Amino acid sequence: MTATGTTDRGATPGTFAPRPGAAPLGRMIRAQALLETKMLLRNGEQLLLTVVIPTLLLVLFSAVDIVDTGAGKAVDFLTPGILALAVLSTAFTGQAIATGFERRYGVLKRLAASPLPRWALMTAKTCSVLVTEILQVVLLTVIAFALGWSPHGNPLSVVLLLVLGTAAFSGLGLLMAGTLKAEATLAAANLVFLLLLVGGGVIVPLDKFPDAAQSVLGLLPISALSDGLRDVLQHGAGLPWGDLGVLAVWAVLGLGAAAKFFRWE
Amino acid sequence: MRSASSGDTPRAPGRPPAVEITGLVKRYGSKTAVDGLDLRVGAGSVTAVLGPNGAGKTTTVEICEGYRRPDAGTVRVLGLDPVADAAALRPRIGVMLQSGGVYAGARAEEMLRHTASLHAHPVDVDLLMDRLGLGSCGRTSYRRLSGGQQQRLALAMAVVGRPELVFLDEPTAGLDPQARHATWDLVRELRADGVSTVLTTHFMDEAEQLADDVAIIDGGRVIAQGSPEELCAGGAENTLRFTGRPGLDLGTLLKALPADSAAAELTPGTYRVSGKVDPQLLATVASWCAQHGVMPNAIAVERHTLEDVFLELTGKELRS
Repeated sequence: MTATGTTDRGATPGTFAPRPGAAPLGRMIRAQALLETKMLLRNGEQLLLTVVIPTLLLVLFSAVDIVDTGAGKAVDFLTPGILALAVLSTAFTGQAIATGFERRYGVLKRLAASPLPRWALMTAKTCSVLVTEILQVVLLTVIAFALGWSPHGNPLSVVLLLVLGTAAFSGLGLLMAGTLKAEATLAAANLVFLLLLVGGGVIVPLDKFPDAAQSVLGLLPISALSDGLRDVLQHGAGLPWGDLGVLAVWAVLGLGAAAKFFRWE
Repeated sequence: MRSASSGDTPRAPGRPPAVEITGLVKRYGSKTAVDGLDLRVGAGSVTAVLGPNGAGKTTTVEICEGYRRPDAGTVRVLGLDPVADAAALRPRIGVMLQSGGVYAGARAEEMLRHTASLHAHPVDVDLLMDRLGLGSCGRTSYRRLSGGQQQRLALAMAVVGRPELVFLDEPTAGLDPQARHATWDLVRELRADGVSTVLTTHFMDEAEQLADDVAIIDGGRVIAQGSPEELCAGGAENTLRFTGRPGLDLGTLLKALPADSAAAELTPGTYRVSGKVDPQLLATVASWCAQHGVMPNAIAVERHTLEDVFLELTGKELRS
Protein backbone atom coordinates (compact mmCIF):
# COMPACT_ATOMS: atom_id res chain seq x y z
CA MET A 1 0.00 0.00 0.00
CA THR A 2 2.50 2.57 1.07
CA ALA A 3 4.12 4.10 -1.92
CA THR A 4 3.79 7.43 -0.21
CA GLY A 5 5.57 9.48 -2.80
CA THR A 6 7.34 11.16 0.04
CA THR A 7 9.62 8.41 1.17
CA ASP A 8 10.73 6.77 -2.01
CA ARG A 9 13.07 9.57 -2.96
CA GLY A 10 15.77 7.58 -1.33
CA ALA A 11 17.04 8.04 2.14
CA THR A 12 20.68 9.00 2.06
CA PRO A 13 22.44 7.32 4.94
CA GLY A 14 24.05 9.84 7.22
CA THR A 15 21.64 12.69 6.48
CA PHE A 16 20.70 12.82 10.13
CA ALA A 17 23.98 11.68 11.61
CA PRO A 18 24.22 13.77 14.78
CA ARG A 19 26.20 16.93 14.40
CA PRO A 20 24.63 19.21 16.96
CA GLY A 21 25.63 22.75 17.72
CA ALA A 22 24.20 26.20 18.20
CA ALA A 23 24.66 28.76 15.47
CA PRO A 24 26.80 31.80 16.41
CA LEU A 25 24.83 34.11 18.73
CA GLY A 26 24.89 37.06 16.35
CA ARG A 27 23.43 34.95 13.56
CA MET A 28 20.69 33.59 15.82
CA ILE A 29 19.67 37.03 17.06
CA ARG A 30 19.69 38.47 13.54
CA ALA A 31 17.57 35.61 12.21
CA GLN A 32 15.12 35.87 15.09
CA ALA A 33 14.79 39.66 14.81
CA LEU A 34 14.24 39.37 11.07
CA LEU A 35 11.54 36.74 11.49
CA GLU A 36 9.74 38.72 14.21
CA THR A 37 9.80 41.84 12.06
CA LYS A 38 8.43 39.93 9.08
CA MET A 39 5.64 38.48 11.22
CA LEU A 40 4.71 41.97 12.37
CA LEU A 41 4.78 43.57 8.93
CA ARG A 42 2.77 40.69 7.46
CA ASN A 43 0.00 41.04 10.02
CA GLY A 44 -2.84 43.26 8.83
CA GLU A 45 -4.15 44.19 12.27
CA GLN A 46 -0.67 45.11 13.40
CA LEU A 47 -0.15 47.34 10.37
CA LEU A 48 -3.46 49.04 11.02
CA LEU A 49 -2.28 49.82 14.53
CA THR A 50 1.30 50.83 13.79
CA VAL A 51 1.03 52.49 10.39
CA VAL A 52 -2.50 53.26 9.28
CA ILE A 53 -3.93 54.79 12.47
CA PRO A 54 -0.96 57.10 13.25
CA THR A 55 -0.77 58.23 9.61
CA LEU A 56 -4.51 58.88 9.37
CA LEU A 57 -4.56 60.80 12.64
CA LEU A 58 -1.60 62.92 11.59
CA VAL A 59 -3.08 63.77 8.19
CA LEU A 60 -6.65 64.23 9.39
CA PHE A 61 -5.99 66.44 12.40
CA SER A 62 -3.35 68.50 10.57
CA ALA A 63 -5.68 69.20 7.68
CA VAL A 64 -8.94 69.66 9.56
CA ASP A 65 -9.09 71.97 12.54
CA ILE A 66 -11.15 69.78 14.86
CA VAL A 67 -9.09 69.95 18.01
CA ASP A 68 -7.77 73.25 19.36
CA THR A 69 -4.04 72.58 19.42
CA GLY A 70 -3.06 75.98 20.73
CA ALA A 71 -0.91 78.59 19.07
CA GLY A 72 1.14 77.68 16.00
CA LYS A 73 0.58 75.16 13.23
CA ALA A 74 -1.44 72.06 14.09
CA VAL A 75 1.16 69.80 12.52
CA ASP A 76 3.87 71.14 14.84
CA PHE A 77 1.73 70.18 17.81
CA LEU A 78 0.52 66.89 16.37
CA THR A 79 3.70 65.32 15.00
CA PRO A 80 5.43 64.82 18.38
CA GLY A 81 2.21 63.31 19.76
CA ILE A 82 1.85 60.98 16.77
CA LEU A 83 5.48 59.88 17.13
CA ALA A 84 4.72 59.01 20.75
CA LEU A 85 1.65 57.12 19.55
CA ALA A 86 3.80 55.20 17.06
CA VAL A 87 6.07 54.06 19.89
CA LEU A 88 3.02 53.11 21.97
CA SER A 89 1.51 51.12 19.09
CA THR A 90 4.64 49.08 18.40
CA ALA A 91 6.39 48.67 21.75
CA PHE A 92 3.24 48.24 23.82
CA THR A 93 0.12 47.24 21.89
CA GLY A 94 1.71 45.37 19.01
CA GLN A 95 4.32 43.63 21.10
CA ALA A 96 1.81 42.68 23.80
CA ILE A 97 -0.63 41.13 21.32
CA ALA A 98 2.03 39.33 19.29
CA THR A 99 3.83 37.98 22.34
CA GLY A 100 0.54 36.98 23.97
CA PHE A 101 -0.36 34.82 20.98
CA GLU A 102 3.17 33.44 20.68
CA ARG A 103 2.82 32.32 24.27
CA ARG A 104 -0.61 30.88 23.62
CA TYR A 105 0.49 28.95 20.51
CA GLY A 106 3.57 27.47 22.15
CA VAL A 107 6.03 29.51 20.07
CA LEU A 108 7.83 30.77 23.15
CA LYS A 109 7.81 27.26 24.60
CA ARG A 110 9.30 25.75 21.45
CA LEU A 111 11.93 28.48 21.20
CA ALA A 112 12.85 27.81 24.82
CA ALA A 113 13.99 24.34 23.72
CA SER A 114 16.02 25.75 20.82
CA PRO A 115 19.64 26.87 21.05
CA LEU A 116 18.44 30.49 21.24
CA PRO A 117 18.86 31.71 24.85
CA ARG A 118 15.97 33.62 26.40
CA TRP A 119 17.92 36.82 26.71
CA ALA A 120 18.79 36.54 23.01
CA LEU A 121 15.10 36.09 22.18
CA MET A 122 14.27 39.24 24.13
CA THR A 123 17.13 41.07 22.41
CA ALA A 124 15.77 40.00 19.03
CA LYS A 125 12.28 41.18 20.01
CA THR A 126 13.70 44.55 21.02
CA CYS A 127 15.60 44.82 17.73
CA SER A 128 12.41 44.00 15.85
CA VAL A 129 10.51 46.71 17.76
CA LEU A 130 13.27 49.24 17.07
CA VAL A 131 13.40 48.41 13.36
CA THR A 132 9.63 48.83 13.13
CA GLU A 133 9.83 52.13 14.98
CA ILE A 134 12.52 53.41 12.64
CA LEU A 135 10.26 52.61 9.68
CA GLN A 136 7.36 54.37 11.42
CA VAL A 137 9.43 57.46 12.27
CA VAL A 138 10.73 57.75 8.72
CA LEU A 139 7.24 57.42 7.25
CA LEU A 140 5.62 59.84 9.70
CA THR A 141 8.44 62.36 9.39
CA VAL A 142 8.13 62.42 5.62
CA ILE A 143 4.37 62.91 5.87
CA ALA A 144 4.78 65.60 8.52
CA PHE A 145 7.26 67.51 6.37
CA ALA A 146 4.83 67.27 3.47
CA LEU A 147 2.23 68.84 5.77
CA GLY A 148 4.55 71.71 6.58
CA TRP A 149 6.13 70.53 9.82
CA SER A 150 9.06 72.61 11.08
CA PRO A 151 10.78 70.77 13.91
CA HIS A 152 13.27 72.25 16.38
CA GLY A 153 15.59 70.84 19.01
CA ASN A 154 18.37 68.31 19.24
CA PRO A 155 17.73 65.00 17.46
CA LEU A 156 19.70 63.19 20.18
CA SER A 157 17.20 64.33 22.79
CA VAL A 158 14.45 62.93 20.57
CA VAL A 159 16.26 59.61 20.24
CA LEU A 160 16.76 59.41 24.00
CA LEU A 161 13.07 60.04 24.61
CA LEU A 162 12.04 57.45 22.01
CA VAL A 163 14.37 54.82 23.46
CA LEU A 164 13.24 55.38 27.03
CA GLY A 165 9.63 55.39 25.88
CA THR A 166 10.22 52.11 24.05
CA ALA A 167 11.72 50.57 27.19
CA ALA A 168 8.77 51.72 29.32
CA PHE A 169 6.12 50.48 26.88
CA SER A 170 7.95 47.21 26.16
CA GLY A 171 8.06 46.40 29.87
CA LEU A 172 4.34 47.05 30.27
CA GLY A 173 3.45 45.21 27.06
CA LEU A 174 5.48 42.13 28.00
CA LEU A 175 4.05 42.20 31.52
CA MET A 176 0.56 42.04 30.04
CA ALA A 177 1.46 39.38 27.44
CA GLY A 178 3.23 37.21 30.00
CA THR A 179 0.52 37.20 32.63
CA LEU A 180 -2.87 37.43 30.89
CA LYS A 181 -4.55 35.09 28.42
CA ALA A 182 -3.94 35.95 24.78
CA GLU A 183 -7.54 37.05 24.22
CA ALA A 184 -7.49 39.22 27.34
CA THR A 185 -4.21 40.75 26.19
CA LEU A 186 -5.71 41.47 22.78
CA ALA A 187 -8.69 43.27 24.30
CA ALA A 188 -6.80 45.07 27.05
CA ALA A 189 -3.92 46.20 24.83
CA ASN A 190 -6.35 47.74 22.33
CA LEU A 191 -8.37 49.39 25.10
CA VAL A 192 -5.25 50.87 26.68
CA PHE A 193 -4.14 52.11 23.26
CA LEU A 194 -7.45 53.91 22.81
CA LEU A 195 -7.49 55.39 26.31
CA LEU A 196 -3.91 56.62 26.06
CA LEU A 197 -4.59 58.01 22.60
CA VAL A 198 -7.34 60.18 24.05
CA GLY A 199 -5.97 60.96 27.49
CA GLY A 200 -2.21 61.02 26.92
CA GLY A 201 -1.69 64.34 25.18
CA VAL A 202 -1.33 62.70 21.78
CA ILE A 203 -3.84 64.75 19.82
CA VAL A 204 -5.79 66.40 22.62
CA PRO A 205 -3.64 68.81 24.67
CA LEU A 206 -3.59 67.82 28.33
CA ASP A 207 -4.60 71.34 29.37
CA LYS A 208 -8.08 70.64 27.97
CA PHE A 209 -8.63 68.31 30.94
CA PRO A 210 -9.58 69.45 34.47
CA ASP A 211 -6.62 70.33 36.71
CA ALA A 212 -7.01 67.27 38.95
CA ALA A 213 -7.08 64.94 35.94
CA GLN A 214 -4.09 66.70 34.38
CA SER A 215 -1.79 65.97 37.29
CA VAL A 216 -2.60 62.25 37.10
CA LEU A 217 -2.60 62.00 33.31
CA GLY A 218 0.73 63.82 33.21
CA LEU A 219 2.36 60.87 34.97
CA LEU A 220 1.34 58.37 32.27
CA PRO A 221 4.23 57.19 30.12
CA ILE A 222 2.43 58.30 26.94
CA SER A 223 1.97 61.82 28.37
CA ALA A 224 5.60 62.01 29.39
CA LEU A 225 6.69 60.87 25.94
CA SER A 226 4.40 63.15 23.94
CA ASP A 227 5.08 66.11 26.26
CA GLY A 228 8.83 65.54 26.16
CA LEU A 229 8.87 65.20 22.36
CA ARG A 230 6.76 68.33 22.07
CA ASP A 231 9.09 70.31 24.38
CA VAL A 232 12.00 69.42 22.15
CA LEU A 233 10.49 69.36 18.67
CA GLN A 234 7.94 72.17 19.00
CA HIS A 235 9.60 74.43 21.56
CA GLY A 236 13.28 73.60 21.02
CA ALA A 237 13.90 72.65 24.63
CA GLY A 238 17.09 70.82 25.66
CA LEU A 239 16.61 67.62 27.66
CA PRO A 240 13.16 67.45 29.27
CA TRP A 241 14.37 65.91 32.53
CA GLY A 242 10.96 65.64 34.17
CA ASP A 243 9.53 63.60 31.31
CA LEU A 244 12.68 61.49 31.01
CA GLY A 245 12.44 60.79 34.74
CA VAL A 246 8.81 59.67 34.47
CA LEU A 247 9.67 57.38 31.54
CA ALA A 248 12.68 55.95 33.38
CA VAL A 249 10.52 55.06 36.39
CA TRP A 250 7.95 53.34 34.15
CA ALA A 251 10.73 51.50 32.34
CA VAL A 252 12.25 50.18 35.55
CA LEU A 253 8.89 49.22 37.02
CA GLY A 254 7.56 47.67 33.80
CA LEU A 255 10.65 45.70 32.82
CA GLY A 256 11.21 44.62 36.44
CA ALA A 257 7.64 43.37 36.80
CA ALA A 258 7.76 41.66 33.40
CA ALA A 259 11.00 39.89 34.34
CA LYS A 260 9.44 38.72 37.59
CA PHE A 261 5.94 37.72 36.51
CA PHE A 262 6.32 36.67 32.86
CA ARG A 263 5.06 33.11 32.28
CA TRP A 264 6.53 31.41 29.22
CA GLU A 265 3.71 28.89 28.81
CA MET B 1 16.86 -12.75 20.12
CA ARG B 2 17.66 -9.77 22.26
CA SER B 3 19.09 -10.45 25.64
CA ALA B 4 17.71 -9.42 28.99
CA SER B 5 15.91 -6.22 29.52
CA SER B 6 15.67 -3.25 27.34
CA GLY B 7 17.70 -0.14 28.06
CA ASP B 8 20.54 -2.22 29.40
CA THR B 9 21.32 -3.36 25.91
CA PRO B 10 22.04 -0.16 24.03
CA ARG B 11 22.31 -0.31 20.27
CA ALA B 12 25.47 1.70 20.60
CA PRO B 13 27.57 -0.08 23.18
CA GLY B 14 30.01 2.15 24.95
CA ARG B 15 27.84 5.23 24.58
CA PRO B 16 26.27 6.33 27.86
CA PRO B 17 22.46 6.12 28.00
CA ALA B 18 20.63 8.94 26.24
CA VAL B 19 18.22 9.35 29.13
CA GLU B 20 18.44 8.05 32.67
CA ILE B 21 15.55 8.74 35.02
CA THR B 22 15.50 7.47 38.59
CA GLY B 23 12.68 7.86 41.09
CA LEU B 24 11.12 10.81 39.28
CA VAL B 25 8.24 12.50 41.09
CA LYS B 26 6.25 15.47 39.83
CA ARG B 27 3.20 16.92 41.54
CA TYR B 28 0.81 19.61 40.39
CA GLY B 29 -0.86 20.82 43.57
CA SER B 30 -2.43 17.77 45.17
CA LYS B 31 -2.26 15.71 41.97
CA THR B 32 0.76 13.47 41.47
CA ALA B 33 1.44 13.34 37.75
CA VAL B 34 4.63 11.26 37.96
CA ASP B 35 5.07 8.93 40.88
CA GLY B 36 8.48 7.33 41.22
CA LEU B 37 9.25 6.73 37.57
CA ASP B 38 12.41 4.97 36.40
CA LEU B 39 13.39 4.93 32.77
CA ARG B 40 16.54 4.31 30.83
CA VAL B 41 16.88 5.06 27.14
CA GLY B 42 19.78 3.37 25.41
CA ALA B 43 21.91 5.51 23.12
CA GLY B 44 20.88 5.14 19.49
CA SER B 45 17.65 3.35 20.28
CA VAL B 46 14.03 4.21 19.69
CA THR B 47 12.07 4.13 22.91
CA ALA B 48 8.30 4.37 22.85
CA VAL B 49 6.56 5.65 25.95
CA LEU B 50 3.11 4.16 25.80
CA GLY B 51 0.24 5.00 28.07
CA PRO B 52 -3.32 6.28 28.38
CA ASN B 53 -4.12 9.96 28.68
CA GLY B 54 -3.00 11.38 31.99
CA ALA B 55 -0.46 8.61 32.59
CA GLY B 56 2.38 11.10 32.95
CA LYS B 57 3.96 10.71 29.49
CA THR B 58 4.09 14.36 28.54
CA THR B 59 5.12 15.48 32.02
CA THR B 60 8.02 13.04 31.95
CA VAL B 61 9.14 14.12 28.49
CA GLU B 62 8.83 17.81 29.36
CA ILE B 63 10.98 17.31 32.44
CA CYS B 64 13.63 15.74 30.20
CA GLU B 65 13.34 18.75 27.89
CA GLY B 66 14.00 21.09 30.81
CA TYR B 67 10.54 22.67 30.92
CA ARG B 68 9.78 21.58 34.47
CA ARG B 69 11.75 20.77 37.56
CA PRO B 70 11.30 17.38 39.21
CA ASP B 71 9.94 17.37 42.77
CA ALA B 72 12.11 14.34 43.52
CA GLY B 73 14.40 11.94 41.73
CA THR B 74 17.16 12.50 39.23
CA VAL B 75 16.99 13.02 35.49
CA ARG B 76 20.05 12.94 33.24
CA VAL B 77 19.72 13.63 29.54
CA LEU B 78 22.89 12.96 27.54
CA GLY B 79 24.56 12.95 30.94
CA LEU B 80 23.35 16.48 31.75
CA ASP B 81 20.84 18.01 34.13
CA PRO B 82 18.03 19.35 31.89
CA VAL B 83 17.51 22.49 33.99
CA ALA B 84 20.98 23.31 35.35
CA ASP B 85 22.77 22.43 32.10
CA ALA B 86 20.04 23.69 29.78
CA ALA B 87 22.33 25.91 27.73
CA ALA B 88 24.66 23.01 26.95
CA LEU B 89 21.84 20.53 26.38
CA ARG B 90 19.47 22.52 24.14
CA PRO B 91 21.59 22.46 20.96
CA ARG B 92 21.98 18.68 21.34
CA ILE B 93 18.30 17.74 21.54
CA GLY B 94 15.39 18.07 19.14
CA VAL B 95 11.93 18.74 20.48
CA MET B 96 8.52 18.17 18.92
CA LEU B 97 5.76 19.46 21.16
CA GLN B 98 2.35 17.84 21.20
CA SER B 99 0.99 20.88 19.38
CA GLY B 100 1.88 24.37 18.28
CA GLY B 101 5.29 25.95 18.46
CA VAL B 102 5.07 27.93 15.24
CA TYR B 103 4.09 31.56 14.53
CA ALA B 104 0.57 31.50 13.07
CA GLY B 105 1.64 33.77 10.22
CA ALA B 106 4.91 32.03 9.39
CA ARG B 107 5.16 30.02 6.18
CA ALA B 108 6.15 26.38 6.51
CA GLU B 109 9.47 26.66 4.72
CA GLU B 110 10.28 30.01 6.31
CA MET B 111 9.82 28.54 9.78
CA LEU B 112 11.92 25.47 9.02
CA ARG B 113 14.69 27.64 7.54
CA HIS B 114 14.55 29.80 10.62
CA THR B 115 14.88 26.81 12.93
CA ALA B 116 17.76 25.55 10.80
CA SER B 117 19.50 28.92 11.12
CA LEU B 118 19.63 28.50 14.91
CA HIS B 119 21.86 25.45 14.45
CA ALA B 120 25.47 25.14 13.35
CA HIS B 121 25.18 22.20 10.92
CA PRO B 122 21.53 21.82 9.92
CA VAL B 123 20.07 19.23 7.59
CA ASP B 124 19.34 20.49 4.07
CA VAL B 125 15.94 22.18 4.34
CA ASP B 126 14.75 21.32 0.81
CA LEU B 127 15.57 17.68 1.33
CA LEU B 128 13.74 17.58 4.64
CA MET B 129 10.64 19.35 3.25
CA ASP B 130 10.63 16.87 0.41
CA ARG B 131 11.15 13.85 2.64
CA LEU B 132 8.18 14.76 4.80
CA GLY B 133 5.90 15.64 1.91
CA LEU B 134 5.91 19.34 2.75
CA GLY B 135 7.38 20.42 -0.57
CA SER B 136 4.03 21.56 -1.97
CA CYS B 137 3.07 23.72 1.01
CA GLY B 138 6.32 25.55 1.68
CA ARG B 139 4.72 28.93 1.08
CA THR B 140 1.56 28.19 3.02
CA SER B 141 1.23 29.93 6.37
CA TYR B 142 1.12 27.72 9.43
CA ARG B 143 -2.48 28.56 10.26
CA ARG B 144 -3.56 27.37 6.82
CA LEU B 145 -1.71 24.05 6.94
CA SER B 146 -3.72 20.91 7.62
CA GLY B 147 -3.28 19.29 11.01
CA GLY B 148 -1.09 16.61 9.47
CA GLN B 149 1.11 19.16 7.73
CA GLN B 150 1.49 21.09 10.98
CA GLN B 151 2.56 17.88 12.71
CA ARG B 152 5.14 17.09 10.05
CA LEU B 153 6.50 20.63 10.13
CA ALA B 154 6.96 20.29 13.89
CA LEU B 155 8.74 16.98 13.31
CA ALA B 156 11.00 18.57 10.71
CA MET B 157 11.83 21.36 13.16
CA ALA B 158 12.77 18.75 15.76
CA VAL B 159 15.32 17.02 13.54
CA VAL B 160 16.68 19.84 11.36
CA GLY B 161 19.46 20.72 13.82
CA ARG B 162 21.03 17.23 13.61
CA PRO B 163 20.45 16.48 17.30
CA GLU B 164 21.80 13.48 19.17
CA LEU B 165 18.46 12.86 20.83
CA VAL B 166 14.92 13.74 19.77
CA PHE B 167 11.77 13.87 21.88
CA LEU B 168 8.60 13.39 19.85
CA ASP B 169 5.39 13.91 21.79
CA GLU B 170 2.67 11.99 19.96
CA PRO B 171 4.21 12.56 16.52
CA THR B 172 1.49 10.80 14.56
CA ALA B 173 -1.62 11.86 16.45
CA GLY B 174 -4.21 12.86 13.88
CA LEU B 175 -2.15 11.85 10.83
CA ASP B 176 -3.56 9.99 7.85
CA PRO B 177 -1.94 6.61 7.09
CA GLN B 178 0.31 8.04 4.40
CA ALA B 179 1.70 10.81 6.58
CA ARG B 180 2.03 8.31 9.40
CA HIS B 181 4.23 6.10 7.27
CA ALA B 182 6.34 9.08 6.20
CA THR B 183 6.86 9.84 9.90
CA TRP B 184 7.73 6.22 10.65
CA ASP B 185 10.24 6.14 7.82
CA LEU B 186 11.89 9.26 9.17
CA VAL B 187 12.17 7.75 12.66
CA ARG B 188 13.74 4.63 11.16
CA GLU B 189 16.18 6.82 9.29
CA LEU B 190 17.08 8.66 12.48
CA ARG B 191 17.74 5.32 14.12
CA ALA B 192 19.89 4.15 11.24
CA ASP B 193 21.94 7.33 11.55
CA GLY B 194 22.51 6.79 15.26
CA VAL B 195 20.06 9.33 16.67
CA SER B 196 18.34 8.36 19.93
CA THR B 197 14.58 8.83 19.88
CA VAL B 198 12.02 9.03 22.65
CA LEU B 199 8.47 9.10 21.40
CA THR B 200 5.20 9.04 23.25
CA THR B 201 2.26 7.41 21.59
CA HIS B 202 -1.24 6.09 21.99
CA PHE B 203 -0.78 3.60 19.21
CA MET B 204 0.42 0.09 19.90
CA ASP B 205 1.20 -0.60 16.29
CA GLU B 206 3.44 2.43 16.24
CA ALA B 207 5.36 1.15 19.23
CA GLU B 208 5.57 -2.35 17.73
CA GLN B 209 6.73 -0.99 14.38
CA LEU B 210 9.32 1.48 15.57
CA ALA B 211 10.53 0.84 19.04
CA ASP B 212 13.54 -1.06 20.30
CA ASP B 213 12.11 -0.53 23.74
CA VAL B 214 8.65 0.11 24.98
CA ALA B 215 7.93 1.62 28.38
CA ILE B 216 4.33 1.28 29.43
CA ILE B 217 3.35 4.04 31.82
CA ASP B 218 0.28 4.15 33.97
CA GLY B 219 -0.44 6.26 37.01
CA GLY B 220 2.89 8.04 36.73
CA ARG B 221 5.03 4.90 36.85
CA VAL B 222 6.63 2.53 34.37
CA ILE B 223 4.66 -0.68 34.82
CA ALA B 224 6.51 -2.64 32.15
CA GLN B 225 9.52 -2.08 29.95
CA GLY B 226 11.15 -4.21 27.30
CA SER B 227 11.30 -4.83 23.60
CA PRO B 228 7.93 -5.36 21.93
CA GLU B 229 8.84 -9.07 21.60
CA GLU B 230 9.69 -9.38 25.27
CA LEU B 231 6.56 -7.63 26.37
CA CYS B 232 4.37 -9.72 24.11
CA ALA B 233 6.09 -12.96 25.08
CA GLY B 234 6.06 -12.35 28.79
CA GLY B 235 3.04 -12.68 31.00
CA ALA B 236 0.21 -13.85 28.82
CA GLU B 237 0.68 -17.11 26.94
CA ASN B 238 0.46 -17.34 23.20
CA THR B 239 -1.18 -19.86 20.96
CA LEU B 240 -0.35 -21.80 17.81
CA ARG B 241 -3.01 -23.03 15.44
CA PHE B 242 -2.75 -25.51 12.67
CA THR B 243 -5.06 -27.54 10.52
CA GLY B 244 -4.72 -31.18 9.56
CA ARG B 245 -6.90 -34.17 9.14
CA PRO B 246 -9.59 -34.48 11.81
CA GLY B 247 -9.39 -36.74 14.83
CA LEU B 248 -5.64 -36.75 15.51
CA ASP B 249 -4.58 -38.21 18.84
CA LEU B 250 -3.12 -35.26 20.73
CA GLY B 251 -1.89 -37.38 23.65
CA THR B 252 1.48 -38.07 22.04
CA LEU B 253 1.84 -34.39 21.16
CA LEU B 254 1.23 -33.37 24.74
CA LYS B 255 3.93 -35.74 25.92
CA ALA B 256 6.41 -34.11 23.58
CA LEU B 257 5.43 -30.57 24.63
CA PRO B 258 6.58 -28.73 27.79
CA ALA B 259 4.51 -29.48 30.88
CA ASP B 260 2.56 -26.22 30.96
CA SER B 261 1.27 -26.57 27.42
CA ALA B 262 -2.17 -27.55 26.31
CA ALA B 263 -3.56 -28.85 23.04
CA ALA B 264 -7.09 -29.20 21.78
CA GLU B 265 -9.03 -29.87 18.62
CA LEU B 266 -11.29 -26.84 18.34
CA THR B 267 -13.33 -27.92 15.35
CA PRO B 268 -12.70 -31.07 13.34
CA GLY B 269 -9.32 -30.61 11.72
CA THR B 270 -8.43 -27.37 13.53
CA TYR B 271 -6.01 -27.67 16.41
CA ARG B 272 -4.79 -25.22 19.00
CA VAL B 273 -1.66 -25.50 21.08
CA SER B 274 -1.28 -22.97 23.88
CA GLY B 275 1.67 -22.31 26.11
CA LYS B 276 4.98 -20.57 25.76
CA VAL B 277 5.19 -20.46 21.99
CA ASP B 278 8.83 -20.27 20.99
CA PRO B 279 10.82 -21.73 18.08
CA GLN B 280 11.37 -24.94 20.11
CA LEU B 281 7.63 -25.49 20.52
CA LEU B 282 7.07 -24.89 16.82
CA ALA B 283 9.76 -27.46 15.97
CA THR B 284 8.18 -29.97 18.36
CA VAL B 285 4.76 -29.57 16.73
CA ALA B 286 6.25 -29.81 13.24
CA SER B 287 8.20 -32.99 13.98
CA TRP B 288 5.16 -34.54 15.68
CA CYS B 289 3.19 -33.82 12.51
CA ALA B 290 5.96 -35.40 10.42
CA GLN B 291 5.90 -38.54 12.59
CA HIS B 292 2.15 -38.85 12.09
CA GLY B 293 2.18 -38.10 8.38
CA VAL B 294 0.17 -34.94 8.88
CA MET B 295 0.64 -32.02 6.56
CA PRO B 296 -0.14 -29.04 8.80
CA ASN B 297 -1.86 -26.57 6.56
CA ALA B 298 -2.32 -23.01 7.78
CA ILE B 299 0.04 -23.14 10.69
CA ALA B 300 -0.07 -19.84 12.50
CA VAL B 301 1.41 -18.39 15.65
CA GLU B 302 -1.02 -16.06 17.32
CA ARG B 303 1.03 -13.54 19.16
CA HIS B 304 -0.33 -11.38 21.86
CA THR B 305 -0.28 -7.87 20.64
CA LEU B 306 1.05 -5.03 22.68
CA GLU B 307 -2.56 -4.03 23.00
CA ASP B 308 -3.39 -7.28 24.83
CA VAL B 309 -0.42 -6.73 27.09
CA PHE B 310 -1.43 -3.19 27.72
CA LEU B 311 -5.00 -4.07 28.56
CA GLU B 312 -3.83 -6.83 30.84
CA LEU B 313 -1.45 -4.51 32.69
CA THR B 314 -3.58 -1.41 32.96
CA GLY B 315 -7.11 -2.66 32.50
CA LYS B 316 -7.61 0.31 30.23
CA GLU B 317 -8.24 0.99 26.62
CA LEU B 318 -5.23 2.72 25.18
CA ARG B 319 -7.02 4.69 22.51
CA SER B 320 -9.19 7.25 24.12
